[in-house]
Amino acid sequence: MIYVVIAFLWAAILLYILLGGADFGAGIIELFTSNKNKQYTRTTMYQAIGPVWEANHMWLIIAIVVLFVGFPEIYTTVSTHLHIPLVIMLFGIIARGTAFTFRHYDAVVDNMQKVYNKIFVYSSFVTPFFLGVIAASAVSGRIDTGARDFLSAYIFSWLNWFSITVGFFTVAICGYLAAIFIIGETKDDNSRIRFIRKAKQMNVAAVVFGALVFWAAHSEDIPLDEWLFDNAIGVIALTAAILSLVLLWYLLLQRGKVYIIRVLAGFQVTMILLAITLRHYPNIVILKGGQYLSLMEHAGQEKTIWSLGIALLLGSIFILPALFYLIYSFQKNKGEVH
Amino acid sequence: MDDFIAARSQMALSLGFHIVFSCIGMVMPFFMAVAHFYWLRTNDVVYRNITKAWSKGVAIFFATGAVSGTVLSFELGLLWPEFMKHAGPIFGMPFSLEGTAFFIEAIALGFFLYGWGRFNKWFHWFTGVVVGVSGLVSGILVVAANAWMNSPAGFDYVNGQYLNIDPIKAMFNDAWFSQALHMCIAAFAATGFAVAGIHALMILKKKNVRFHMQSFRIAAVFACIAALMQPLSGDISAKDVAKRQPAKLAAMEAHFHTEAAAPLIVGGIPDSKAKEVKYALKLPGMLSFMVHGDFQTPVTGLDRIPEQDQPPVAITHYAFQVMVGLGMLMLAISLCYFVAIWKKRSWLQNNWLLRLFVLATPMGFVAVEAGWTVTEVGRQPWIINGIMRTADAVTPMPGIVYSFYIFTAVYISLSLIVTFLLYRQIKMVDKLYDVSPSV
Repeated sequence: MIYVVIAFLWAAILLYILLGGADFGAGIIELFTSNKNKQYTRTTMYQAIGPVWEANHMWLIIAIVVLFVGFPEIYTTVSTHLHIPLVIMLFGIIARGTAFTFRHYDAVVDNMQKVYNKIFVYSSFVTPFFLGVIAASAVSGRIDTGARDFLSAYIFSWLNWFSITVGFFTVAICGYLAAIFIIGETKDDNSRIRFIRKAKQMNVAAVVFGALVFWAAHSEDIPLDEWLFDNAIGVIALTAAILSLVLLWYLLLQRGKVYIIRVLAGFQVTMILLAITLRHYPNIVILKGGQYLSLMEHAGQEKTIWSLGIALLLGSIFILPALFYLIYSFQKNKGEVH
Repeated sequence: MDDFIAARSQMALSLGFHIVFSCIGMVMPFFMAVAHFYWLRTNDVVYRNITKAWSKGVAIFFATGAVSGTVLSFELGLLWPEFMKHAGPIFGMPFSLEGTAFFIEAIALGFFLYGWGRFNKWFHWFTGVVVGVSGLVSGILVVAANAWMNSPAGFDYVNGQYLNIDPIKAMFNDAWFSQALHMCIAAFAATGFAVAGIHALMILKKKNVRFHMQSFRIAAVFACIAALMQPLSGDISAKDVAKRQPAKLAAMEAHFHTEAAAPLIVGGIPDSKAKEVKYALKLPGMLSFMVHGDFQTPVTGLDRIPEQDQPPVAITHYAFQVMVGLGMLMLAISLCYFVAIWKKRSWLQNNWLLRLFVLATPMGFVAVEAGWTVTEVGRQPWIINGIMRTADAVTPMPGIVYSFYIFTAVYISLSLIVTFLLYRQIKMVDKLYDVSPSV
């Protein structure tokens, strides 16, 4: 049953990156769109994500509940030592979720819209940035459970170049996913071309920040290249990601089938996540001094894991068909959202 | 303010904020479903407009409730890591099920809000009902987790170790039913009175009378039925608390001395040093009767509880008085309303009844906050009753005070914005929904 629980945890994280990420990306794209096109971008985005946007963020809740029920020591260590970036991320989640809803449900359309928009786009940037920072910090080996002073226990656990570059990388990935997704939602050629350009820009940004992540890891003695390339699966996953990227660029240039492009982008992100998680599996947090927090050793008692697994399986029987039907029915007749 | 108090205040603030939004989020869908049902049955377009107007409120409250709930799932670990390390695996079951219920609620809400004119109309109606039911289930599950803190079960506590964990037993702890029942009814009463009050105010102002009258009736019926049931569920809760948490009951009642024919103390100012309550109304034997069913059996007082295990008496007592007092007021209004419906139709035309409802607008939610204070402060100094102290659970990170200040600022501004949005929604009823200007 522990494997069921771990599989759900991994799937929840992946789906959160893909769906929630595209969702964050919508705001990031809006941030980097010229004023002239902002309104159009906003409307297209809203029509695409409106009905599913609440559901996209449930994956984070699933992941966090799995952590605190099944792996309490991992949850509490992370939330103690990464308290500050977590709180900032939470403010981002609050600001973003409310601004998104408020701007749509404000009965009067006036200058308040500008305020909502500002809050929405900036929090769309800040939230995934800190998600990246938190994820990077968990494996950077900077969390020092024995630290006595405030700075090394609560600040340097996350404030370093590696975490920061991963933060930017995450933002770029989110923007990239959103742009790819939106291409299929556009109705005219002009905007299609514009979003294809956006997708390319975001993709370049992701590659640049990806390179910077390697640089930062190198300069801070984090053996990232070793993690990724000293095992067959990591190499295969990353090679697959790069090959699919080449194919994707080809399709973007040829204006190929939008569904294939979407699948390829999702595939790349999946491969990246696979490569970085598999090497350490079952460890998910690396502490200072090379100690690990492991999904196997730091799991809850058997009965807990068993009932958690049952709850997740039961839940997915209800959730998945409903979710697919929701996505399907709003994809089928898109553009009619009022 | 030290960090421990700051952490407790931040948690109280976050929960106190979340509880309002989750109550509205779980109850409003039922009001909506009723209005929606009338629209589908009668084709009276006013009912469609009511449904749409309410659904905008629901969207605003749901989104705010969802983010504040997400924040809470992190705050448990951010503020109380020692508690979560041990409690997570034990009382996590309701949370993992709640994740499912909440997810379904979000999906159903997507169908409902964006589904006008797209689906079979009864399927669309049904998705609205699913929003309500899954919201209610979420609420019950979360309260079951809180009940576990009051009435820990599903593990053996041996030498500081938590052994033989049984999450199912933990979920169905002794307190889950009475607490969940009390909370659900409270949610209906609070939301019902708040909604009915706002519509009553608009009727008194003679604005869109038909729209507001029909809305008022739906909300008022829910509110009044809930207010009638609540004293009964309160009685079940009080008997439960007396059995499992005598210290909490003693603090609620400011009952300092164990005695036979214990009096029920109404109001007054408890003095913990002198161990007496000044200026209170004392009803002899009533506490014994309420707890044990006869007027003589002694009721445990605070003198039987070691000093270091006593909750703060004054806060618990005041909060309890506020909750019960407001509950009684709402009960009285409900009785008037039912008399009006069945016997004195003329009362419905009278402004005084509507004014009473306007007056009652905030009562339910004040009572909910007070009740929440009773159960949380009344459990102190324990975070897991009798097992772990709150002070031992708090995060080692210093500087929580600043986090508390920022959270306070964020929640205050959110409350202001939501109020502002609601005000704008109501103001726009004229333009958006009024098809029949004067009836």
